Amino acid sequence: MTHRAGAGPLATKALTRVEGEGAMHVEIVDGRLVDVTLRIYEPPRFYEGFLRGRGHTEPPDITARICGICPVAYQMSACLAIEQACGIEVTDGIAELRRLLYCGEWIESHTLHIHMLHAPDFLGVNSVVDLVALDRAAVERGLELKKIGNELLELIGGRAIHPVNVRVGGFYRPPSREALRAFRPRLARALELAVDVCEWVAGFDFPELDTDHELVSLDDGDHYPVFGDRIVSDHGLDIAVDEFASHFQEFQVSHSTAKHARLLSRGNYLVGPLARYRLAREKLLPAAAAAASAAGLGATCPNPFRSIVVRAVEVVHACEEALRITDGLIDASINTDPGSVEVPARAGTGHGATEAPRGLLYHRYTLDEAGTITDAEIVPPTSQNQPTIEHDLFHFVESRLDMADDELARAAEVTIRNHDPCISCATHFLDLTVDRRGGTP
Amino acid sequence: MSGDLMTGTADTTTITSGRPRVAVWKFSSCDGCQLTLLDCEDELLALTDVVDLIHFLEAGHSDDDGPFDLSLVEGSISTPEEVDRIHHVRDVSRHLVTIGACATAGGIQALRNFGDVDELLRIVYARPDFLSTLATVSPISEHVPVDFELRGCPIDKRQLLEVISAFVVGRRPDVPSHDVCFECKAAGSVCVLVAGDTPCLGPVTHAGCGALCPRFGRGCYGCFGPMDSARPEPLIATLRARGVSEEELTRLFHTFNAWSEPFRDQPGPVPVEIGATR
Repeated sequence: MTHRAGAGPLATKALTRVEGEGAMHVEIVDGRLVDVTLRIYEPPRFYEGFLRGRGHTEPPDITARICGICPVAYQMSACLAIEQACGIEVTDGIAELRRLLYCGEWIESHTLHIHMLHAPDFLGVNSVVDLVALDRAAVERGLELKKIGNELLELIGGRAIHPVNVRVGGFYRPPSREALRAFRPRLARALELAVDVCEWVAGFDFPELDTDHELVSLDDGDHYPVFGDRIVSDHGLDIAVDEFASHFQEFQVSHSTAKHARLLSRGNYLVGPLARYRLAREKLLPAAAAAASAAGLGATCPNPFRSIVVRAVEVVHACEEALRITDGLIDASINTDPGSVEVPARAGTGHGATEAPRGLLYHRYTLDEAGTITDAEIVPPTSQNQPTIEHDLFHFVESRLDMADDELARAAEVTIRNHDPCISCATHFLDLTVDRRGGTP
Repeated sequence: MSGDLMTGTADTTTITSGRPRVAVWKFSSCDGCQLTLLDCEDELLALTDVVDLIHFLEAGHSDDDGPFDLSLVEGSISTPEEVDRIHHVRDVSRHLVTIGACATAGGIQALRNFGDVDELLRIVYARPDFLSTLATVSPISEHVPVDFELRGCPIDKRQLLEVISAFVVGRRPDVPSHDVCFECKAAGSVCVLVAGDTPCLGPVTHAGCGALCPRFGRGCYGCFGPMDSARPEPLIATLRARGVSEEELTRLFHTFNAWSEPFRDQPGPVPVEIGATR
């Protein structure tokens, strides 16, 4: 740890409560904000490189390891892309079971972020352990809800981190109706807890910050987006997932190992809960819609500090959706027999996108006739959001230059955590440096 | 290689007179193994009643100066900075335990060791000059002494709690070293290899998952890595006799523990092809 020495940069504590590691640098010259950069030190792991030469059935298991927090998102985007390349569509029952598995990941990941990573920011404590001393009941409620999310992942996926039951074409072994019937009361309990969590976070004090980013998510038909063939935005973007590369571009910056992304036509954009909420508010299931209204959310949520409320609304929605699908599986209106469809290899390119808890996750694979992968591209949500996070930071810091460095550092960390950056998926140590040079105006 | 505890020669006295100071460190990894600690929903608060989590960035604790009674290390060594940092971690830690396949065996990113890192850089990044990386990914034990290695991609929650409890009270962790086949028989599962002709690494893979994959009707894919004294040759002969190709065998052994012996050299020196260009 560096300590302030003379006029040199001030290094504060490593940025905590993000998944993965990185650093932020703020440069102030003559009292004017010049630059804000979010550096990501996450070491490159070359997934897109070593996927070449692997078989077409392997990406769900391999790409799950990109992120231990959202492995299901990687598995789902991979399956969709490979199935498209092979010209196969799964049955409605398999698609519903995938949605149910995904609900488990939204519940687990969002509940983790709300309680362990983000809530401490609004309650003036440093960590969830300190939060226990302040409000043990709230932490216990969060842990119970998170646990049910993990139980759902285990029921459908076999285990919570890097599920084993997912395969290209569907599932190795769908859950039995008996197991689902036994689990249903747990989901009903989760829905009650989620509504309470939503009410809890809605009562936090939020700093003012109005943003006007282009918001991008999948269009999932009648559903609040998890899957979908089209990518839409609040600025009129409406394209097929296959056209991703024609509209979005990944690029590198010298200060970060994570790639960034931009819309070729308009630049920065935002994916994730705020985007999904803006684009599909009316598709929330009833308890989630009621929770959003009770929390004071309107048609859109331009303040990224309130993203914790939107995540809580999405957890309510995921619990309702999971109940709907579970009921369908129990009464056999949703049929998961067979649990998977054959996906014979053929030459071609396929694209797949799904809504990871942190936002749109895009995969593309090119296969040869034997199904061997000749090219792979993966665009995670944090890559897409990084320029926008830097933009938010710039405007937030700009109006608070008179703050002491340590206060400013803390406020900036909160701004970063608003977007739940899963830095390991995009990309290690998050140090925060404030470099003040010259005088003050 | 370390594993003093596994041979029974390690210092297993109670950690300190006060509350044990615990740190969780991340190197090249997916965060899944440290998440396993946060996934102990029923035990987490009880755990934080008896130990002090001093350094655990994902949970909001940041103090890397030490000293620490127990350091849990996730991830493999893949950059020059990580080589320096793991020595710091060892210097400030009384006990160092690796958690998961990356820290214990190199992880999936060690697949680069079978190819050409410059070519991988070119495939994935337009500006390789922005990146600093090592040609070879290595487990923690290649750099510093390790007191215990916990396997799995990801690790198993119960095994993690057992290891933490053991170090806190000063006894040897009770982590079985038999194979997945043993767990599979204990679970009463039908053998997927014998009954279903499904390639399965159960006979050579370290226990810990509870034979999860066979319970879902699929073959074990070796995410806990090789068991102690694993002998892959008879399994490979069996799989070959059932028509499994050399390419499939290579892929089967070369995933999350590809750099650990004896998986590294199976079924023979056939490198993973990474040659195609965009």
